[in-house]
Amino acid sequence: MRYLSRNSFCLIRLRFIPFVLSLLTALVSSPAGRSQENPYIVAYDHNLEEPGSLEVEYFSTFGTQRGGPDFHAYWAELEYGATAWWTTELYLDGQTTFGGSTVFTGYRWENRVRPLKNEHLINPVLYAEFEDINGADKILKEVEGHDVEADYAVPNAVARQERTREMELKLILSSNYKGWNFTENTFATKNLSNEPWEFGYAMGASRPLAMKGAAHRCNLCRQHFVAGVELYGGLGDRYSFGLKDTSHYMGAGLAWNLPSGWTFRIEPTFGLNDNSHQFLLRWGVSREFSGFGSMVSGLFRGRQE
Amino acid sequence: MKLYQFVIISVLLFSGVVAAADPQEPPKRSGQESVYDELKKAPDKYSGKTNPLANDSDAAAAGGVLFEEHCEGCHGKEGMGGKKAPSLRAEEVQNAAPGAIFWILSNGVVRKKMPVWSKLPEPERWQLVSFIKSLGANSAQAAQPSKP
Repeated sequence: MRYLSRNSFCLIRLRFIPFVLSLLTALVSSPAGRSQENPYIVAYDHNLEEPGSLEVEYFSTFGTQRGGPDFHAYWAELEYGATAWWTTELYLDGQTTFGGSTVFTGYRWENRVRPLKNEHLINPVLYAEFEDINGADKILKEVEGHDVEADYAVPNAVARQERTREMELKLILSSNYKGWNFTENTFATKNLSNEPWEFGYAMGASRPLAMKGAAHRCNLCRQHFVAGVELYGGLGDRYSFGLKDTSHYMGAGLAWNLPSGWTFRIEPTFGLNDNSHQFLLRWGVSREFSGFGSMVSGLFRGRQE
Repeated sequence: MKLYQFVIISVLLFSGVVAAADPQEPPKRSGQESVYDELKKAPDKYSGKTNPLANDSDAAAAGGVLFEEHCEGCHGKEGMGGKKAPSLRAEEVQNAAPGAIFWILSNGVVRKKMPVWSKLPEPERWQLVSFIKSLGANSAQAAQPSKP
């Protein structure tokens, strides 16, 4: 890119604008589909995105910080159902430290694959993620290794100098049983520089407030609300596996899945030991666009003669 | 890599994945294996199940609401069929055991783009079965000549 002249770069940008506008048009004109999301913010279950659907999500984490200012971390997600057995997702992360600065902290690209074609009592999903973030990232999307609260007290100007490129592998084991969802995630993370493997876990249970659908359209019917709890934390690293010097959290969440395709989630979370942030308030909003893939494919096909 | 470069490359890559993963194959109706053959693969344990909501007068209406929210995007309005998924008014579906339809909803046909709907509680899946079965009755009514 650096070898391009200023004029040619402007030309590329001009050509890019109609493409972006076309994508936005596709997004706006895609019909909304009601999603049935669980309230988990950290744990994953085995329910993948419907094929061709795009879910645009925004999440926030407000965190208290001992030994430093509190923070508000946030991330945007684009989650796409490439097939019925493969979901791919892009994250853009950022955070604001109160009394400090606001910084873009990096991106993540994750993929979830369902290896078994039928539903079983326990359903495995394989997860692989690449992340390129800096040390100021505070979204706490996963707690791994020996992550502790004190790590987050470093000022942004210093923390953002540290660059982390990691691969994360996760095994998701999840069950849907009599309306309940139970899920357990175990993961291993490898910093691509010379750092040891780090480990962590997340687990959750959730259930809709009603099992039957109503015979009329409604926004406040109980079946649109799903309540749940999740528990997550670090498990040390290759050289010191276990609970020593790790942090752990428990949150109680509620998801409200609206028929219009919007989902709202909120989850107050509490640290379970002295290494953890005492309190995190997480919330998020998402909207599912069904048929987005067909709309985009249509754009490409329209140019073919 | 600067942020704008990253965003441009990401959007292009993402669009590539979307375009490549959505070939929009029309559902096969004839040929060696019809999409409806999946119904025949339901285990006897499921095919023999009766709909526990068969006598619930609201089940089909509630299933209709769920169908609009979750299924209409692919199967078309009132299950008439769409570019991505077959009609549910076909005799293969209407003559299928309720338990076989329930099995398809619960397991999906993930290799053929039918998602797994086990995230819906069982009663909601049976409500969907009630609605899908009611589509046959509606077709029969529509086929009858109207009285002058």
